[in-house]
Amino acid sequence: MSAKAAAPVQGDRALSEALFRYVLRLADTSLVLGQRLGEWIGYAPALEEDLGLANLALDLIGQARLLLTYAAEIEGVGRDEDALAFLRDAPEFLNLTLAEQPNGDFAHTIVRQWLIDAWQLEVYESLTGSADTRLAAIAAKALKETRYHYRFSSGWLVRLGDGTAESQARAQQAVDSLWRFTEELFTPDEIDERMAAASIAPQLAAAAERWVRRVDEDLRRATLVRPAPQPHPWHGKRGVHTEHLGHLLGEMQHLQRTYPGASW
Amino acid sequence: MRATELNVVVDTGVAQTAAERKVWQLLARVPDPEIPVLSIVDLGIVRYVRRAADGALHVGITPTYTGCPATAAIRSATRAALDQAGFADALLEESLSPPWTSDWVTPEGRAKLEAFGIAPPGDAAAALRRAPEPVRCPRCGSLVTERISEFGSTPCKAHYVCSACREPFDHFKCI
Repeated sequence: MSAKAAAPVQGDRALSEALFRYVLRLADTSLVLGQRLGEWIGYAPALEEDLGLANLALDLIGQARLLLTYAAEIEGVGRDEDALAFLRDAPEFLNLTLAEQPNGDFAHTIVRQWLIDAWQLEVYESLTGSADTRLAAIAAKALKETRYHYRFSSGWLVRLGDGTAESQARAQQAVDSLWRFTEELFTPDEIDERMAAASIAPQLAAAAERWVRRVDEDLRRATLVRPAPQPHPWHGKRGVHTEHLGHLLGEMQHLQRTYPGASW
Repeated sequence: MRATELNVVVDTGVAQTAAERKVWQLLARVPDPEIPVLSIVDLGIVRYVRRAADGALHVGITPTYTGCPATAAIRSATRAALDQAGFADALLEESLSPPWTSDWVTPEGRAKLEAFGIAPPGDAAAALRRAPEPVRCPRCGSLVTERISEFGSTPCKAHYVCSACREPFDHFKCI
C-alpha cells in the first residue's frame, strides 16, 4: 500500500474504518474469550463450574455475533459474521492479548475472566451512552450479561484468594502472571482517541480509574496483592498477538477452512 | 384462550386493529422451545405488533440472552405461525433496545413457570444490588432454599436446592 493511500482520509470513510476496527476489538475479545472458556467443557473442577463456564462462553459468543454482524455491515464489502470469525488470520484479530491467554489452572481462568469482566463492565456501561445508537443498544444488552458474569468471577476470586493456603497461592500466581496484559486495556491509541472524539466510545482514562478502584477493592477482599505495573510488548488490539492465538484459531477455524461454507 | 392472556400487549394505550389483535393471539400460542409451558408472549420477548404507515405489519421480537440457542428456533416458529395464519407479508424484526429483562415475564408466565417446577424470577433490580428476594421452592413453597450454582441447564436458569423438602430445582435468573 502506498503511503498516500495509507494516510488518514478526511470525513466519514476514515471514521467508519476506525469504527470497524473498534467494533472488531470488542467482538474479537468476546469471541476469543468465549472460545477459551469452551475448552473447559467436560473438564471443569465441578459440574456447576463446568455449566457456569459454558454459560459464560455462550453469552460471550452471542455478544460477539451481534458485534461481528455490525462490524461486517460497517465494512460493507459483503463479509458476514462467519467470514469475520472463521476466515481471518491471527494478525487480523484485534482482541485484547489477555483474552487469548491459555486457561491454565482454574485460578488462571477465574483471574482472566474477572479482569475482563471488570473491563467490559466499564466499557459497556459507557457505551450505553454512545452516539452510535446501534453500539449503544448492543452494549446495553451485553451489560446485563456482563454484570452476571462479574458476580460469578469476582465471587470466585474472593473464595480462592481468601481460601486455603494452596488456593491463595495459586490465585496470587495467576494475578502475577496475567497482570502484564492489563496495561493494554486502558492504553488509548489513535482509534480509541478518534472514537472518543466522536462521542462513540468512552475516554479510556476515566474508565481506567473506575476499573482500578473496582479491581483494588476485589483484591483487598480476596487478600491478594496488586503487582507493580509491567509494560509488555504485545498489543492484541493492534493485531500483534502472543503465540497462543494462532493455536486457538487453528482449532476454532479448522472446519470452515477445510470445508468452506459447511453448515449444519 | 382467556382474554387476560392477551393483556400483555406492550404498546398499551394504543388501539389495536383486528389484524394486530389476531397476531398477538397467534403469538400467545407459539411455545418457547426450551420451556414449552411458556409462550413467547409469556416470556415478554414479543415487543410490538403494529401496522406501520407503509401498510406493512411489523412484529418485533427481542432475544432473552445474546447467545441463547433458542433464538433461531423461536424466529422460525414465529415465521411459520405468521405464514400459516395468512400473515406471510408481515415483517419479523429483531428488536434489541431496550434490552429484555426477566421483569417482562408476565404474571401468567410466572404462574406457569411455578406450576412447571421452575421458580419464577424475582425483581431484577434487587438482584443486581446483590439483595435478591428469597426464592420459593416451587414444590413445597418453602422460602428456605439455597443456590447451588448461578448457572443451569439453559442460559436463563440457575440451580437451587430446597432446604425443607431437599428437592433440587431451577430458578429463572433475574436479569
